[in-house]
Amino acid sequence: MTQSVVVQVGQCGNQVGCRFWDLALREHAAVNKKGIYDESLSSFFRNVDTRSGGDGPDIYKGKICSLKARALLIDMEEGVVNEILQGPLRDVFDSKQLITDVSGSGNNWAVGHKLYGYQYRENIVEKLRKTAEHCDCLQCFFIIHSMGGGTGSGLGTFVLNLLEDEFPEVYRFVTSVYPSGEDDVITSPYNSVLAMKELNEHADCVLPIENESLFDIVNKIHQMINSGKLGSTVKQNSLVTSSAGSTKTVQEKPFDAMNNIVANLLLNLTSSARFEGSLNMDLNEISMNLVPFPRLHYLVSSLTPLYTLADVNVPSRRLDQMFSDAFSRDHQLIQTDPKHSLYLACALLVRGNVQVSDLRRNIERLKPSLHFVSWNQEGWKTGLCSVPPVGHSHSLLALANNTCVKPTFIELKDRFMKLYKKKAHLHHYLHIDGMEQSCFSEAISSLSDLIEEYNELDATKGGPRTDPSRLKIAV
Amino acid sequence: MSIVTVQLGQCGNQIGHEVFNALCSDVHGTHGLCSKKENESYHDACKERFFSEEESEVPVARAVLVDMEPKVISQTLSIAARSGCWKYDDRSHFCQKQGSGNNWANGYSVHGPRHKEAIMNLVQKEAEKCDRLGGFFTIMSMAGGTGSGLGAFVTQCLRDAFPTSFILNHVIWPYGTGEVIVQNYNSLLTLSHLYQSSDALLVHENDVIHKICAQLMKIKQISFRDVNQVIAHQLGSVFQPTYTAEGGLHYSRNPLGDLMETLVPHPEFKMLGLRNIPQMPENSLPYSTFSWPGLIKHLRQMLIANAKMEEGIDWQVRPPQLGSSIPSSHSTNKPLHFNTSIANLVILRGKDMHNIDLGSFRDPSLYTSWLNPQDAFNAWKTPRAFNKYEKSAALVSNSQFLLKPLDNVVGKAWNMFASKAYIHQYTKFGIEEEDFLDSFTALEQVISSYTIL
Repeated sequence: MTQSVVVQVGQCGNQVGCRFWDLALREHAAVNKKGIYDESLSSFFRNVDTRSGGDGPDIYKGKICSLKARALLIDMEEGVVNEILQGPLRDVFDSKQLITDVSGSGNNWAVGHKLYGYQYRENIVEKLRKTAEHCDCLQCFFIIHSMGGGTGSGLGTFVLNLLEDEFPEVYRFVTSVYPSGEDDVITSPYNSVLAMKELNEHADCVLPIENESLFDIVNKIHQMINSGKLGSTVKQNSLVTSSAGSTKTVQEKPFDAMNNIVANLLLNLTSSARFEGSLNMDLNEISMNLVPFPRLHYLVSSLTPLYTLADVNVPSRRLDQMFSDAFSRDHQLIQTDPKHSLYLACALLVRGNVQVSDLRRNIERLKPSLHFVSWNQEGWKTGLCSVPPVGHSHSLLALANNTCVKPTFIELKDRFMKLYKKKAHLHHYLHIDGMEQSCFSEAISSLSDLIEEYNELDATKGGPRTDPSRLKIAV
Repeated sequence: MSIVTVQLGQCGNQIGHEVFNALCSDVHGTHGLCSKKENESYHDACKERFFSEEESEVPVARAVLVDMEPKVISQTLSIAARSGCWKYDDRSHFCQKQGSGNNWANGYSVHGPRHKEAIMNLVQKEAEKCDRLGGFFTIMSMAGGTGSGLGAFVTQCLRDAFPTSFILNHVIWPYGTGEVIVQNYNSLLTLSHLYQSSDALLVHENDVIHKICAQLMKIKQISFRDVNQVIAHQLGSVFQPTYTAEGGLHYSRNPLGDLMETLVPHPEFKMLGLRNIPQMPENSLPYSTFSWPGLIKHLRQMLIANAKMEEGIDWQVRPPQLGSSIPSSHSTNKPLHFNTSIANLVILRGKDMHNIDLGSFRDPSLYTSWLNPQDAFNAWKTPRAFNKYEKSAALVSNSQFLLKPLDNVVGKAWNMFASKAYIHQYTKFGIEEEDFLDSFTALEQVISSYTIL
């Protein structure tokens, strides 16, 4: 069994991260009734003896003493991290896992990446090493951040770089929240494009998320609950947006519902690595199967179901509905429709009481309506994990490597160019030590190249299929 | 002689477990509708082949369990121990913490050499427990990373360490519509490498077994466990003891050797397919009766029409008329859907076996011209019924059964290779484009050889 470490950077990263740890505890508590520290817990948590002040050796077996998250919390402002440390999760983190400063990054990628990066480099490396030492077999770093600001975007991608240098063998999965069109941070296009270059070059897999999609899902659920349709009640803890059953007893903050969705995404992604099933899907398999070319590692994700009805006498047509929903526009976590674009690869991670025949039936059913690239017509990777998420009997996470990410990137590029042409706000960046005009031109060039790669693939869509001729053997 | 089973990867371990279950429940759960003496001989022969007698109350499977991550092995060991019928040797397993990530190169080039010593030590220990070693039976899937990549490496090591022992690889062919995206690459590399070190490859296709579960066993929600149980049943029908000689007095002691001798006359032709009839849900058994002529007729038609199960057989397919007496190596007068065989083995289990006519299987028109029909066909029998079926017949065939699946896999892999997709994942671990090309060449050769039969 392997371990993973979560590195949460910036306000967004830490708020999402906080929800992740909360829901992770909830999930394990539901599965682990006896309170024994087992291998699945160890993938994200350490078990320490609190008497020695959290400094003592980890306890590998036996009863759970005190669980500590395998995490690093980084923020250049204190507000968010302080709140976490005063909240119900304070015992899950210790002070040695935090790196904070006071003044923030001013929504400036250069401040986050060059200034703070340089300043905190050694500190970060040291803390990473410590976390890695506590791991028996470290498999993956999960970075959570936003792209539009300064800390998450700048310092977050600095850490990404660092991870590649210091831990080249460990996978780097990045969950990135992309800014929306109406983002109130004027410089978010600069920050995002500068960060994109780093993601292109140093991440193994990126899961892009857009706030608008999360918002739409939250609204959809709201409507569902308030409409009182069917007279059935929704199971509270099954909502993909809910914190019910977790440590949060205080009134939920506005972003909590949205952040819970992302937290659930990460839990589902790692479920097959943590729990048993008839067809396991580990994190290294995700990277192997979904990344056909090194730079095309952006995966569009969708989660279903969004809620479970409390009435259990619902027929199993719902199972097939779950698969259909995973491909519908309004379940995707970015504003896009994969059905009308080209699939390079698709992964389906199913949890709960679902068997291989259900999986096969639905793949057969949905395949005709999806466009797959010519050299990967059966590009499906599947996983079956026996343990369902809290409140559900089954669930599905779909990860698509699909050209439908292209519009997001094109928009980003356009917004960047609008500012860059006028050299707006550029001086805020250029006066930071280590920052030059070339950083900008290289970044936009990297993004353009990426868009071009997707364009080339799209050009093959719907064209005539000529399979390359096979090797001829002399008889 | 005893067989040491090596279970590789998630699939190999899940199936291996069901195989030992099936063997045990056949021996202990049923009394075989034969004499007590017969039953006892059968029991002893089975024990010798697959289980060792140690100071435990239950027989211990002669197996080595290998996986690069711990979840499946720990599950397999505990479920077996809880059965109370048999168990694995607690020390006879090897696992690591992080799997192979569906990467053949990772399994073959990284995990293989790194863990060779530890794994071979375990194999050596199991081999030493045998009074006489009859050979190795490895179970693996082609689609993943460990079973396929590490499995290919281990097979090579087995060949190096035991040059005179028989090695039979049981290979699981993945579902056609993907379980793993890079499954065609992994399959290509596995098959081409196994071909060099293995004596024969016994293949089960997931798609076929799935159909059997759906249409014959009438299972509604088919799980991998259901699939694995059908596979285990079919393997049991081949490996349980039989009399290989007409009028033989003792159960054959050398199953793998006998298998190779009858079915693999030429190293270019190693692909073996397996059919087993009848196959039905357990609660239908009391209402069914079978006759040997009926079973044999079905099995023969399944052979020549390349039917995967006993429903939906194309009865129109006929063997070609042998017009001329001069055998030609490029028989162009063979009807299109006819499945040509090199060698066939029929295994019959059950009562009332006197006067069974297997002449239809000895028909020379079924076979290529370069073996005598008498040598090309063999039959093994036992009056002891297998696993609640009062009569059952199995066919192990070295024929064009697997030509189409093989061609499909190579075709898809070639298609993907032409675009260079995913290649960087393999070169990362030391498998280069030339290695791919070598494998393509090797398998196109096999395809060509089977095509012109």
